[in-house]
Amino acid sequence: MTVPILAQIVEVPSNVNHLFDWPAVLPFGINRVVLLMFLATLVTFLFLYLPFRQPRVVPSKMGVVVETLVNFVRNGIARDIIGPESAKYEWLLIPMFFWLLFLNLFEITPLIHFPVTSRMAIPAFLAGLVWVTFVFVGLKKHGLSYIKNSVIPPGVPKPLLVLVIPIDFLSTFVIRPISLAVRLFANMIAGHIMLAVFFLTTASYFVFEPKIVAFAIPLAFAIVITAFEIFVAVLQAYIFTLLTAVYIESSINVEH
Amino acid sequence: MQADAAALIGAGLAYGLAAIGPGVGIGIVVGNAVQAMVRQPEMAGQVRTTMFLGIAFTEALALFGLLLFFILFGAA
Repeated sequence: MTVPILAQIVEVPSNVNHLFDWPAVLPFGINRVVLLMFLATLVTFLFLYLPFRQPRVVPSKMGVVVETLVNFVRNGIARDIIGPESAKYEWLLIPMFFWLLFLNLFEITPLIHFPVTSRMAIPAFLAGLVWVTFVFVGLKKHGLSYIKNSVIPPGVPKPLLVLVIPIDFLSTFVIRPISLAVRLFANMIAGHIMLAVFFLTTASYFVFEPKIVAFAIPLAFAIVITAFEIFVAVLQAYIFTLLTAVYIESSINVEH
Repeated sequence: MQADAAALIGAGLAYGLAAIGPGVGIGIVVGNAVQAMVRQPEMAGQVRTTMFLGIAFTEALALFGLLLFFILFGAA
């Protein structure tokens, strides 16, 4: 049972069709994407748990790394954006950042090579979670005047409200979660296709035209793009978490 | 057949045109952020966060174009 699961995780497909079509390998529609999500969850848990299993005064080397990253999310994202109330929302921001980071980094992890966030379901679910969170925060804090204040900007002349209210309603409650999900999804899918194009070009030149000048150029591009994709993976996890914090902040301070 | 060709041309145009505006926009965002960081280096951290926010909002438009490309490409 464990061997087929492992084979599913490390299987390297021969084309990019797996971005759009992946059959279930286990009951309940569990396919490779779901297995990789489980793997990312496990990695996140171990990453946050193992260095601090035994409490000590001076943290281990891994502990320092994890502490720095958690501090970055807690201070650099949550506290800077949300302000003094940020501690209430760390339960969402910190695990989400690490989970997304590992899901994105699977894109360039050897033997996996699949950005799990390039399946629309995962960013869409997370964006839905963020939507529920910031609407709930706003409603809890301001009651129904949250919706009124977020669709009517202060100081707008009365006749213009006919135009402003639909636009603001769309941009706050409809476009926000869609753009949040699409941003992550499209970035990862574009990066994956770019990597696939250059590596497949390299491979086909290597097979059919085995001259160093022919396959060296796409290979060089592929290496540069791999480095770029590490940057994109980290940046997209950061931006997703940052925008979550911004949306929560805009629900807390809806007046201005 | 002709509808397929139209969808393919539209797919190419959708992404190509969608990339123009955000390209200019991100240039303006980052350029002004660099200027702000040079003028007030002590605010660099805050400027950088805001710059990434601006990039994210601007970039979303180009990515909608990319999504439209996939939709039209699938329709062809």
